[in-house]
Amino acid sequence: MKFQKIVIFTCILFTITNCSETNGLFGKSGADGDPFANISQSSLDYFTNELGDTILFKVNQSVIEPEYRDVLNSQASWIKENSISSITIEGHADEQGTREYNLALGARRATAVRNYLVSKGVPESNLSVVTYGKERPLRICSEESCWSKNRRAITIIEGSN
Amino acid sequence: MTRNMNLQRLNKNNEKKVNFFISFLCLIIFLSFTFVNKGLSQANVPELDIDVTEGVVEPIPVAFPNFITKDFPSSLIASEISKIVKNDLLKTSLFRFITESTYISDVTSIDSPVRFADWRAINSDLLLVGNVSIINETITIKFRLWDVVGQNEIFKGVQFQGPSNSIRRIAHKISDLIYSGVTGEGNYFDTRIAFISERGPKNNRTKRLAIMDQDGANLNFLTNSDSIVLAPRFSPDARKILYTSYDTGKPRVYLLNLVTGNLRSFPQLPGMTFAPRFSPDGKKIILSITDNGNTDIYTLNLENNSKKRLTKNVAIDTAPSFSPDGKFIVFESDRGGNQQIYVMPSNGGSAKRISFGNGRYGTPVWSPRGDMIAFTKMYKGNFHIGVMRKDGSQERLLTKAFIDEGPTWAPNGRIIMFFRETAGVNGAPSLYTIEVTGRNLRKIELSSFASDPSWSPLLN
Repeated sequence: MKFQKIVIFTCILFTITNCSETNGLFGKSGADGDPFANISQSSLDYFTNELGDTILFKVNQSVIEPEYRDVLNSQASWIKENSISSITIEGHADEQGTREYNLALGARRATAVRNYLVSKGVPESNLSVVTYGKERPLRICSEESCWSKNRRAITIIEGSN
Repeated sequence: MTRNMNLQRLNKNNEKKVNFFISFLCLIIFLSFTFVNKGLSQANVPELDIDVTEGVVEPIPVAFPNFITKDFPSSLIASEISKIVKNDLLKTSLFRFITESTYISDVTSIDSPVRFADWRAINSDLLLVGNVSIINETITIKFRLWDVVGQNEIFKGVQFQGPSNSIRRIAHKISDLIYSGVTGEGNYFDTRIAFISERGPKNNRTKRLAIMDQDGANLNFLTNSDSIVLAPRFSPDARKILYTSYDTGKPRVYLLNLVTGNLRSFPQLPGMTFAPRFSPDGKKIILSITDNGNTDIYTLNLENNSKKRLTKNVAIDTAPSFSPDGKFIVFESDRGGNQQIYVMPSNGGSAKRISFGNGRYGTPVWSPRGDMIAFTKMYKGNFHIGVMRKDGSQERLLTKAFIDEGPTWAPNGRIIMFFRETAGVNGAPSLYTIEVTGRNLRKIELSSFASDPSWSPLLN
């Protein structure tokens, strides 16, 4: 049946397309020897995992530590190269603070990242910020090893032109 | 002499929308001073006088015979009411009930003279007698409270009347009369709690706005679990709730009318909005607005939507709470370097820091009596609920735990509810109460995790 063939063909096409953007079982089998080559450098996966979408903060601080400037510089370049038009910065806090203060602190952190990206040429109108305070911890132990990972700002790519 | 006073008559309207808010349904209460004091008052006998401000109080022994009833349906209602009253009073740790098998006197009528010797013989200080009847589905309960030591009646005979769905409220009103009659403190049992009901793992909690009676009964959910919701706050008339929701993806303040079900948002406010509370007259709300990364305090007039900015600096200014006379605002700010408590005039202006102990201070909330401020304190890795005078003096810490946060006052200003969150991967919050004396810490047993309590004013 004609319809069946179309469905099967579509499925195959989908699978092939999908494969081309997925890591193989044995890691990244790039065609040209570059370990990241099989992840398209314009893919979200590349942005999230290779450039890094998250930076961390010290207790009660919202200052961007020097060690994270490279991460944000790469984020800014990538956002501009890929003409990303909608970006949300999420700010988070660890559980060691009161709810309202942590909301305000998360907003400070997200805004610090936004301002940094703007200073690197990302249009301000493409960036929005949201604070989650201590509502969405990434790690759930009640020790500094988890808290340090929860005091974070995440750059989330929402859409491109 | 008979004097009936109709205290309250609230109409049942829009029941479908408001069936969760049973407290406003048609409860008709009559206080009647029908009974003449038949006690043999003796001037020289010391009267019962309990001071709840003292640190340790031995519970008062109470004799509470079964309410007198004429038929089986009445006896069922009577036993339900006594169970609720006993539960309320036991939770104060101020009362204990003497086993009925030891009673010498039978109570066959609440108007019979009391044989005080029989009640003293079993060491009771108080005697509560009453009768319950049902006529045309209306419950009538009459009761009297006797001071067995002073041999007099603590208040004149009281009568409550209401439909069968009002028995819990009637029972709480009885508890209030007994508690206030004996302690001289204000009522608080006939109240409700708005809070956040939480479920699921710590990194994927679902949160729902919920409301229940002060004792945990009549639990109802006001939102579904689609969006994070935070920190509900009752209006002064207990008919509205302010809360914060992520419904749009960002934290924004909403005003829910519990009677009509109407939900009001405030699109004219910029940025992210949270930490709302009502002004004492209910005409304004005070809240935090985060705009361009900076969090300041604003008021919004609910009648004409006019907005007023009260703080203007690069610090975090949040968690504002009005004094009960509406003249001042207590709030937290990190303008001095870390989180501390400040007081400013209610129209803004210069703020005065009032917290000077070690550690950080947040979530200040003014006592309904106006004399004290409850707060959360973070010090050396622990959280505390504490109280201080409104000038910051006489700080006292009432609790200590991994996380104790978000105090809310009972309407009589004697008891504070808060939430305690346990540590670790399975850590979760529950609601607790403690008296301002630091005595009588109690967990409120619920079927879900719970946080961010708001204690309602007294219901009408």
